[in-house]
Amino acid sequence: MPTDPVYLDHASTTPMRAAAVAAMTAELGRAGNPSSTHAAGRAARRIVEEAREAVAAAYAVDPVEVLFTAGGTEADNLGVLGGYRARATADPRRTRIVTTAIEHHAVLDAVRALAEHDGAEVVILAVGPGGVVDPDDLLRILAADADRTALVAVMWANNETGAVQPIPQLAEIAREHGVPLHTDAVQAAAQLHIDLSVVDTAALTAHKLGGPVGIGALIARRDAALAPVGYGGGQERGLRSGTLDAAAAAGFAAAVAEMRQGYAVESSRVADLRDRLVAGVQRAVPEAVLTAAGSPRLPNIANIRFPGAGSDEVLLLLDAAGICAAAGSACTAGVSRPSHVLQAMAVDPEGAIRFSLGHTSTAADVDAAVAAIGPAVDRGRAARLAGAAR
Amino acid sequence: MKILAAMSGGVDSAVAAARVVDAGHDVTGVHLALSPDPQQSRAGARGCCTAEDSRDARRAADMLGIPFYIWDLAERFRADVVDDFVAEYAVGRTPNPCLRCNEKIKFAAVLDRALALGFDAVATGHHARLEDGVLRRSVDAGKDQSYVLAVCTREQLAHAIFPLGASTKVEVRAEAARRGLAVADKPDSHDICFIADGDTRGFLARVLGDAPGDVVDAETGETIGSHAGTFGFTVGQRRGLGVGSAVRDGRPRYVLSIEPVANTVTVGPAERLTVRELSAVLPVWTSGRQPAHDFACSAQVRAHGTPSAARATVSGDRVSVHLIEPQRGVAAGQAVALYDGDAVIGSATIERTA
Repeated sequence: MPTDPVYLDHASTTPMRAAAVAAMTAELGRAGNPSSTHAAGRAARRIVEEAREAVAAAYAVDPVEVLFTAGGTEADNLGVLGGYRARATADPRRTRIVTTAIEHHAVLDAVRALAEHDGAEVVILAVGPGGVVDPDDLLRILAADADRTALVAVMWANNETGAVQPIPQLAEIAREHGVPLHTDAVQAAAQLHIDLSVVDTAALTAHKLGGPVGIGALIARRDAALAPVGYGGGQERGLRSGTLDAAAAAGFAAAVAEMRQGYAVESSRVADLRDRLVAGVQRAVPEAVLTAAGSPRLPNIANIRFPGAGSDEVLLLLDAAGICAAAGSACTAGVSRPSHVLQAMAVDPEGAIRFSLGHTSTAADVDAAVAAIGPAVDRGRAARLAGAAR
Repeated sequence: MKILAAMSGGVDSAVAAARVVDAGHDVTGVHLALSPDPQQSRAGARGCCTAEDSRDARRAADMLGIPFYIWDLAERFRADVVDDFVAEYAVGRTPNPCLRCNEKIKFAAVLDRALALGFDAVATGHHARLEDGVLRRSVDAGKDQSYVLAVCTREQLAHAIFPLGASTKVEVRAEAARRGLAVADKPDSHDICFIADGDTRGFLARVLGDAPGDVVDAETGETIGSHAGTFGFTVGQRRGLGVGSAVRDGRPRYVLSIEPVANTVTVGPAERLTVRELSAVLPVWTSGRQPAHDFACSAQVRAHGTPSAARATVSGDRVSVHLIEPQRGVAAGQAVALYDGDAVIGSATIERTA
């Protein structure tokens, strides 16, 4: 076996930055519940509040607008379920939720739950083959029926294709119509310099940007209408109960701070590596198609489709060659399902592989993937044919 | 060799994978996801296709230090095994889905994919031996699975590895414990994996719906009862006929035959179940060669049935088997596996009995 595999799956999770490991381990051995009033509690609280300030500064919001959660999924659930319920309770005519078909399941399935259990009516904003929402569609929908709409939920950047949505425009349209907008910024916040003050709520997670797994945040404007989805000690403005995790918050903050310093340089470094990867792969496999090629995209994600090959087969062969990549999103219990994102784009999902780069990626990683892809696709095509033969 | 180890999450396939790893092969574990909507955990000892089973398989692969994947074959399994199972019952035959799974899934869909991906062979935890291309019974007569493998062709067997054939189940469990595999004490799976509650009749009734018809006594020709659907019956069945009081001679009745077109179930006394002649079709010869036109053998008609001394005559795609030691309760649709001692010669699908 080769020693360390080449890791090109940073959009799933990325290695913790050394600064985050140091900040977190420094706190792990300490006692003190941040909600306690004694000295130990105050010390822990200080860590949490400093972390809150670091996260707020990175995304152009105020510290009070940062609600720590256990991760991106919980933040999306709070933003969608809590946002919808607060609005629908205040005004029972507001039963409509506008979203897209390319959302992560943390949003998509929360919306489905609202439809099933809360009687929500779901309106889907279409995306074209470029995987991007058209603001005019939102304008049309809200112009007709803003009074009945409780929430708009559109992700900032898609986790499978990297396609960046026009969130500032969408947020402006929503605001003009008096409808709040929630955005899943989990991927975008790890790669782009984004201003989250333009939206009402936004979901973040630490582990996509070099912090620990298990902490995230819902950025929620101080005037955002939200109802809690879990009940307990009333932490985080009464919207997210549960003991605050000071060590994880310290790790989150350290990762955000380091990332914030390097945005401009790091973004173009990663984008160059991605372009080198795409060019190399297309040299090795001329039929390879870059998904959402003409759309604004995150610098770190390349979703490439290999017609005639199966994603599972290519992934297995890449894995055997020491390359870790992904097919669509890896969230479905080991069994890959056709990507709902590519289906929504009316793009054939056959042979789709997501390569995603990050802060540890090097040219050598990219070159290793380029060297492995040709044989993997050849063999993956043969395997697909063998499967179809009987 | 590069070997793909099929890992169900049970003790047999875990030890089989361990043995090929020990033998120095480059092994990759694969768990087959066969249900489109798997249960999260096992209910009792049944089934082999829950999320809990796939976790057991994954943990065994972790212990062995081998890569592990889940292959989604639910669609193929439904088309080739479950739909076939239902269709066979619907026309009054008694299929064996495990045999069909070996024929169409494990040693076809999985093997083909493995070979195309560059693997040399597929290893499974079946209790059978494969020596110089000859399929033989396991040394553990009680656990022998050569019957459900007798449908494999020479080409399929050429790429199969059965590492457990020389061991008893007791030895396999002891070895699993010695290796620290958590599945050492996991109960054996029973029944049909896609019928988790073990209620085959209920499953068929749900799929096929009720189709009430008559139960006819072969002794008198009289209708002595009714049934909710012929699929609820299998030849040789005694329980659940509900005709006890209507039988004139008071002797127990057994299902003799099922006529799906007339929608009748014919019952009769035990001696009428005796079968001496089988006519079977679509033979598979595991050696790749048709044996002599006419040969002595032993014949087995169900997975854990007792073999009978027999004489087989082959003509084209048809095999006639004369059972020197008669069998009871043989149904159309079952496979007859033919053996020379403990070596499998081949198998064919029973069409008629007499």
